[in-house]
Amino acid sequence: MEKLLKTEEEIMLADMARGFLDEAAPVARLRRMRDEGRTHDPELWKQMAEMGWAGVLVPEEAGGSDMGHTAAGVIAEEMGKTLTASPFIGTAVIAATALRRVADDRAKAALARIASGEAIYALAIDEGAKFDPDGVRMEARREGNGFRLSGTKKFVVDGGNADRLLVLARTGEGLTLFDLPADRDGITRAPRPMIDSRDAADVHLENVEATGEDVLGAVEDAMAVLRPALRAGQAALAAEMAGLAAGAFGMTVDYLKERKQFGVPIGAFQALQHRAAHLWCETEVTASAILHAGRMLDHDPDNAALAVSLAKARATSTAILAVQEGVQMHGGIGMTDEYDMGFYMKRARVAAEWLGDYGHHAKIVAQKRGFEG
Amino acid sequence: MPDTDLDAFRAELRDWLEQNCPEEMRDGARDEHSICWGGKNWKFASDAQRIWLERCVTRGYTVPTWPVEYGGAGMNRDQERIFHEEMARIGARYPLQSFGIWMLGPALLKFGTEAQKQYFLPPIARGEIRWCQGYSEPGAGSDLAGVQTRCEDMGEHWLVNGQKIWTSYADKADWIFALLRTDREAPKHKGISFVLIDMTAPGVSTKPIRLISGASPFCETFFDNVKVPKEHAPGVSSVVGEVNRGWDVAKYLLTHEREMISAGGAVMGGGRPLMEVLANAETGRTDPILQADAMRAEVDGLAFTLTLERYKDQAEAGSGVGDASAMLKYYGTELNKRRLELVMAAAGSEALDWNDERAPTWLRTKANSIEGGTSEVMLSIISKRILGLPG
Repeated sequence: MEKLLKTEEEIMLADMARGFLDEAAPVARLRRMRDEGRTHDPELWKQMAEMGWAGVLVPEEAGGSDMGHTAAGVIAEEMGKTLTASPFIGTAVIAATALRRVADDRAKAALARIASGEAIYALAIDEGAKFDPDGVRMEARREGNGFRLSGTKKFVVDGGNADRLLVLARTGEGLTLFDLPADRDGITRAPRPMIDSRDAADVHLENVEATGEDVLGAVEDAMAVLRPALRAGQAALAAEMAGLAAGAFGMTVDYLKERKQFGVPIGAFQALQHRAAHLWCETEVTASAILHAGRMLDHDPDNAALAVSLAKARATSTAILAVQEGVQMHGGIGMTDEYDMGFYMKRARVAAEWLGDYGHHAKIVAQKRGFEG
Repeated sequence: MPDTDLDAFRAELRDWLEQNCPEEMRDGARDEHSICWGGKNWKFASDAQRIWLERCVTRGYTVPTWPVEYGGAGMNRDQERIFHEEMARIGARYPLQSFGIWMLGPALLKFGTEAQKQYFLPPIARGEIRWCQGYSEPGAGSDLAGVQTRCEDMGEHWLVNGQKIWTSYADKADWIFALLRTDREAPKHKGISFVLIDMTAPGVSTKPIRLISGASPFCETFFDNVKVPKEHAPGVSSVVGEVNRGWDVAKYLLTHEREMISAGGAVMGGGRPLMEVLANAETGRTDPILQADAMRAEVDGLAFTLTLERYKDQAEAGSGVGDASAMLKYYGTELNKRRLELVMAAAGSEALDWNDERAPTWLRTKANSIEGGTSEVMLSIISKRILGLPG
């Protein structure tokens, strides 16, 4: 097994990312974006592309920095701490991993556009309230040499601003993944006012025309391309949530030291000390699962399913606990919009649902450990 | 170490184990009944147990990481990992376990003089001397530094008076390492010494304590005017580390003990993944609430196992575990209690009689979050030393 220690390069990357994000993208930037009614921050994404983050999983010959999944997790974790909003996971992690599996000339060109920050991708899978890629029902009806897609995709993250959509649809017996321009005839997008102030939309497809050229990977074999991409995205999202938990926890511990009641800092009360200490334990245990998932994706991706689901499940339970304790221990101020803790709570809820909730991933863990239910 | 050297090491080890580990010692048993504790009064359960110990002693395999000159095999961490993997591969029992191996050995290796190491370590490695640990007292549990058992300097010897409690297997041990008060005036952490005492000395007596599991692994140990020589042999002091600085040794050992107790979480419960336990139990296959609880425990258990691995890697890289051992102890033992509650619930009424190994195992886990520092003490350590909270 690979060592569960961050390498010097990974520690440097984390320091660099933290330095940049604290300066350029603190929670205040998300707040400003929300207050101005925007869900996208092109200027910030351009800077991230210049630092090689957009191309973190793009090969060097396509202009990427090709740093790998553990590094992508390191960046995502730092973004989680400051609640930085960006298309990083959908585009730089999920779309890049999918396109890399295809590896034809068109995919290479697309990867180059991702690395440069020009292209934003959104993954359109969900049709109901829960993540269930194998249960997708939207039909891509064969017509002539091509297909016609009709139906509605929900909770399409970055769907309002993306220029490309990765749409999963049923073709005959299997599932096929389509890579479509978001402005193709028949596609309409309805942005949703999300609690985390970020971009998510419902996407309606009405008799949208697609050709074999638009298929990513092979027809009726979407999962060969999509499964690895989903795992990469789930691991990166887990890392973001671990960062989010750390961010919320750090604020909470600081507050326990500052806030005085009954003449003493409230952190002197054992009732709060033990809850804070327990929460710290949870963050430490989750950190191991996050690092392990990154290592598995980098070194043994075909066997990474257990590690990735473990990471997403743990990150979800830890982040949810961290924001609940965060608000409770802050007391009344934790409930105000003026204070940042609420932003953490709202992002945690959205991230908990995206790409599979706790139950989805816990069931995969159980299956991989020998329980069929 | 290059991989090729490790491959050769593994091949040679595998070959030796295949040729030398008796068939009866390959049942993979890890329960308390299968343990060989050694010591002067040890009765081997079988010839195979005796032969297996003797053969391992010749190779240093009872204490694989100790230096060769003290009876070990001098293995580095990679080799040790391979050793455990190869032992597990054939289901080999560990040839010897003891508080000498787990606790006193590491303390002597870190704090002992050369003479103490030479005198005490080889008999531990050979399974000749069985040690017990004398820490807690009736008035000093979680507040361990409050120990009051007196150890007075009488010039020629020390004079020990008082009582220890929760001394594991004191009634079967040959020697005891104990925390004793050598200075009653000093602040409580500064007047304690780490003292080695022969249990056959006049005035030492023990009384087993019966537990809820029916077993009596712990004793009360009494010291009534016990004379302990200043030196057990020429140049071999009966005090480890400096007089009145025994708390340093104790703290080091408590950290070590916490890591050890927490590691138990991964192997308890019959050593089988919780999901397998569930898949084989009638209720486990049908009860959705039990299933959900077990899945959560499995998620947490796997992440905790990775955390133990991560901290080992960290310790090996030289940055140590330190106060975070309190986290390992707290999380591991609480998790273990959860696991065994689920094992019991999955088994239903089948696990309710004393002939079923699950019942005593379940009850045993309840002590894990008390011994070696309670969960609440661990949380206080974390909040003060790691989080820097006041008080």
